[in-house]
Amino acid sequence: MSRAVYSQINRVFQTPNHKAVIPFLTAGDPTPDCTVRYIEEMARAGADLIEIGIPFSDPTAEGVEIQDANIRSLQGGMTTDGAFEIVRRVRQQTGDCAQIPLAFMTYANPIFHYGCDRFFDKCEALGVDAIIVTDLPYEEKQEMEEVAKTHNVALISMIAPTSRERIQMIARKAEGFIYVVYPVGGTGMHSEIGVDLKFMVESIRQVTDVPCAVGFDISTPKQARHMAQISDGAIMGNAIVKIIARDGEQAAPAIYACVKEMKEAVARV
Amino acid sequence: MSKGRYGIHGGQYVPETLMRELICLEECYEHYRNDPEFQRELQTLLKEYAGRPSLLYYAEKMTKDLGGARIYLKREDLNHTGSHKINNVLGQALLAKKMGKTRLIAETGAGQHGVATATAAALLDMECEIYMGEEDTVRQALNVYRMELLGAKVHPVTSGTRTLKDAVSACMREWTNRVNDTLYVLGSVMGPHPFPMIVRDFQSVISQEARRQILEREGSLPAAVVACVGGGSNSMGMFYNFIADKEVELIGCEAAGKGVDTALTAATIATGSLGIFHGMKSYFCQDVYGQIAPVYSISAGLDYPGIGPEHAYLHDSGRARYVPVTDDEAVDAFAYLARTEGIICAVESAHAVAYVRKTAGNYSPDQSIIICLSGRGDKDVAAIARYRGVDLHE
Repeated sequence: MSRAVYSQINRVFQTPNHKAVIPFLTAGDPTPDCTVRYIEEMARAGADLIEIGIPFSDPTAEGVEIQDANIRSLQGGMTTDGAFEIVRRVRQQTGDCAQIPLAFMTYANPIFHYGCDRFFDKCEALGVDAIIVTDLPYEEKQEMEEVAKTHNVALISMIAPTSRERIQMIARKAEGFIYVVYPVGGTGMHSEIGVDLKFMVESIRQVTDVPCAVGFDISTPKQARHMAQISDGAIMGNAIVKIIARDGEQAAPAIYACVKEMKEAVARV
Repeated sequence: MSKGRYGIHGGQYVPETLMRELICLEECYEHYRNDPEFQRELQTLLKEYAGRPSLLYYAEKMTKDLGGARIYLKREDLNHTGSHKINNVLGQALLAKKMGKTRLIAETGAGQHGVATATAAALLDMECEIYMGEEDTVRQALNVYRMELLGAKVHPVTSGTRTLKDAVSACMREWTNRVNDTLYVLGSVMGPHPFPMIVRDFQSVISQEARRQILEREGSLPAAVVACVGGGSNSMGMFYNFIADKEVELIGCEAAGKGVDTALTAATIATGSLGIFHGMKSYFCQDVYGQIAPVYSISAGLDYPGIGPEHAYLHDSGRARYVPVTDDEAVDAFAYLARTEGIICAVESAHAVAYVRKTAGNYSPDQSIIICLSGRGDKDVAAIARYRGVDLHE
């Protein structure tokens, strides 16, 4: 598959030596209005791509922070249609925000239950450029791959430290960008496996030029810089989620400052 | 289609972090299932430690009282630790040992699987940590203490509905964090491949024995075999060696809770729809957006919003039939079996007893029915007393 199709995603990584900052937040946490506003703030602060979580009742791969964000969002009445509505509103804004590349992140069941065709059709219509499905590994991704491709949505492959001999098999079929999970485990938890991240990225680069972004636990500028040195971008898995947990509907200034700080940190790489 | 499919069901819907471990588990299992030494060790444990084969008991008084089919009880309640769970746990714990693992983790609902896992860990000198919904730690406080006595650490799970579903999620999360020295001893025929296959194989000893035992006693196959279904491990074990015997009805009894027309139910086949959760495609209780529904049953062991993928397939193909049984019916059957046969069975198993109470009269006296009595009911006595409004002072 040529990378040209996913023009928005390619734009994120195309400038030489430009390292992407990719923050994550959960749609509707704590309200849909906040999510729209927070996306605006992140775009203004220089985020290159924003990951929007569609909440799931049982996020089995997530640590306690993102679990709580899912609960707050669902208790506020967020739904898959609600997440699409947030994207529609973001796309109607003026300035940086309307054009910012967006990715959804969720579990297989909300997509499956919505209907794959219907889901990816809406993604395309609203300009969602990529999707990360946490519980859809290489062996199962063909279930959504074709329909995502038809609708020009990049189905992002994940590679974990435990992938080892699977790394190149996954990388060869990857599109958009590769989500390198580091450290191992649920977001916000400790790693027990010391892994050479550099080795993982080198191994990926032997077989593909699809960019690699490293994510899950990055919350300090120092970590972001370290990840960016090795890869093409840093995914802020729970930094924004933590700020929202603390500041609720008043999180805009802290979110802006956080993304800005990360952006500056990776720019010095 | 990926591995581990039962019709359209099953599969391996897990984060990438777990895939390599699942593949490794499958390879090890395929190796050891054919290893005579492993089989010899497992058979010895089942016989000398768990007390197999379990009895096939002719329930004469129940048969006379109900006036239809001759009723047999497959007495899994008489196994060491008091339920069928030990069959699977001994198999998986031995497998873990062979794989070089030193630590077992497991979810538990009623506590039976947790107790069985803690038991196997004690016997085989392994570390053990059990995840149990906080609500279940209250409903089944005695089993929590049993696990602790056996040397296990019990983690009350406070997320979500604080029941079995959340205990499974917590285990998956923990396993994702620490795969190298740990095996997740999944307790039912659910989750990602290869678990539904491994657990079914280890539980199939139930029907392997029952089929032989009923042929010895009756000279013919039973008209029906009946078992309760949550995730579906005792029922899959009870059904498996009868699947090829087309004349034998396979009946799974789901926990209807307050009734399938209420929100307080856990009857997945009756009220659920196709979905992807806990590593598998199967039927689940869920809302229109695919959010997993909170479920309810008096029985902590059946209080789960899904069903194993092979059951989903047996339902699709029509080979097995799944029927809902309410709390009220199960509690009545619990008391009925105690009075009639002098057997206090698990409230889970009482769902199967309740169904047979309603239907035995539709069969003729030259036919037989086997009920899988999956566990003993000591753990449920306090909860049953509460349900019936009896105040116990311990």
